[in-house]
Amino acid sequence: MATTLDEATIAREANRRIRRSNNITGWAFAGPSVIIVLGLSFIPMIWAAYLSLTDSNLVSPGHFIGFANYTALAKDPLLRQAFTNTLLLAVMYLPIGLAAGLGVAILLNQKIRIIGFYRTCFLVPFVASAAAEGILFGFIFDPDFGIVNAGLQAVGLPRQGFLQDPSQALAVLAIVYFWTQFGFNIVIYLAALQDIPQEVMEAASIDGAGRWARFWHVTVPTIRPVTIFLLVWGLIDVFQFFDLVYTTTSGGPLNSTLTLVYYIWELAFNFFTAGYGAAVAYVLFFTSLIVTVAALAYGRRRRVTP
Amino acid sequence: MTGGQTLQAAPEVDPALHRARIEEAERRMHRSGWRRRLPQRGHLVLLPLSIIVVLPFVWMILTSFMTDTEINSIPPPLWPHHLYTGGYSTVLANSDFPYWFLNSLIVSGAAVIAQLVLCSLAGYAFARIQFRGSTVMLILLLATALIPFQLTVIPTFVIFHDIGLINTLGALIVPQLTSALGIYLMYSFFQSFPRELEEAGRIDGCSRLQVFWKIVLPLARPALAALGIITFIYAWNDLFWPLIAITSSHTFTVQVGLATFHGEFITHWSAIMAGTTLTTVPVLLVFLVGQRRFVQAITGAVKG
Repeated sequence: MATTLDEATIAREANRRIRRSNNITGWAFAGPSVIIVLGLSFIPMIWAAYLSLTDSNLVSPGHFIGFANYTALAKDPLLRQAFTNTLLLAVMYLPIGLAAGLGVAILLNQKIRIIGFYRTCFLVPFVASAAAEGILFGFIFDPDFGIVNAGLQAVGLPRQGFLQDPSQALAVLAIVYFWTQFGFNIVIYLAALQDIPQEVMEAASIDGAGRWARFWHVTVPTIRPVTIFLLVWGLIDVFQFFDLVYTTTSGGPLNSTLTLVYYIWELAFNFFTAGYGAAVAYVLFFTSLIVTVAALAYGRRRRVTP
Repeated sequence: MTGGQTLQAAPEVDPALHRARIEEAERRMHRSGWRRRLPQRGHLVLLPLSIIVVLPFVWMILTSFMTDTEINSIPPPLWPHHLYTGGYSTVLANSDFPYWFLNSLIVSGAAVIAQLVLCSLAGYAFARIQFRGSTVMLILLLATALIPFQLTVIPTFVIFHDIGLINTLGALIVPQLTSALGIYLMYSFFQSFPRELEEAGRIDGCSRLQVFWKIVLPLARPALAALGIITFIYAWNDLFWPLIAITSSHTFTVQVGLATFHGEFITHWSAIMAGTTLTTVPVLLVFLVGQRRFVQAITGAVKG
């Protein structure tokens, strides 16, 4: 059977050639992206791990000092403050942010007219830069020239310190942050709501479910994956809170708005304690990683047992 | 519980009761249908809310045309007495704002062009070409989404410092040449893209690159538009990295420049708001033009 053998050899040869050409074109197409993305993430990530074990001052490599940075950060009151502030931001923003986003999405999902107009309005703060918005709200909440204090005075209420008052600054930032993220939550929830089949709602209605029952027993469980996504996204985003702080309070007054990333930036690029900054960055990384994995695992568990 | 019990239970339901339930449900659906024809009550909440949401921007534009005296009077006027453009001329003539604006245009433009090319090439390769290591590489690429930039920023600064990129626009462009999100966006688009057209092109004797360039890319326009818009908005708005990588005023981007200007011109709110308006307008224009694609992209990325 020489002919079949030949055919098999030819086929194998052709296959090998296709595979080789696939390898070449595949890598030619994807190679540049792979090298840039992986090169700018994994290499600096490993380097940061090494830096966190040194006393580097950013420009010189520094000496190896073992885990001294990590033992130091465990006792750092500013780091604890930054951590607390970041968590407080998450606690103030996330529940209201998600609930308000879902509420508006439900209103928009009722075949409402001029939905495009509303969506545009709600998304504008999400699209504009946080730096510009920080400056804008620094002006709006300015204790002397701000429109908010002018309004308070006009209705006979006392003027407030807002971003210059240590007891209010973080809450004001949470409000501004809510305003910037609101539109994103709405749009994501709206897309999820539009995916719920009409039949499911009708079936629930036939079984005697009223508006609230349909909301709690159909809508909420169906969009749970989206809620968990928004929760994880929101947490990661809050952990990276920087632009608004930089353009409003610079972490003040009295460190009341010092966030983790602002602290890392100060450590590495203002105080030139890059080694210590890298150690704090690793704490941030592991915290957000644990939170993400925990939320995803929770989401998966809930999906298996309805 | 066995299947037999549920089968037996079914006939026990009174047919009349069952019919009554359906009628009740129909009445309820009908009622909500009837309600729907009334002026929609949702507007009572949505209209004021949407106005409150855009009001800060309206105030930004209004105050950019007021004089500092107007802004500093208590209470401030709600409307500029006449169109004062002194704020704008301060920004454009007494600061490096034109440089900042141009630098931002260069960086964002370069980022958009590079990502359109590199992300679509990579996304196409991962979706269509079976090459050695493709699965592992794709997983590694997506895993980088879990690495916060704040972790890699210090070594990135050191690397860029050593190769002499710090304080050049190159330092801002290189990290934006491609992105894991962009690759994923194009990858999921190409996965849902019909294969037949490409196969027809292959049979006609086109190379992979020709098929990609002549057949795939023209049909990928919606995804490319979405990627372009997202990339532009992200690149234009970035503050953290330009703040670290750039030290001289002529090389600032608008965001860094605006923040610095804000610090120097404290209480010259007219000029500051003029600068803030000029910084915000380009990104809002891009958003308004490409809004539909932008929304599709962010919702699609979540669902995928």
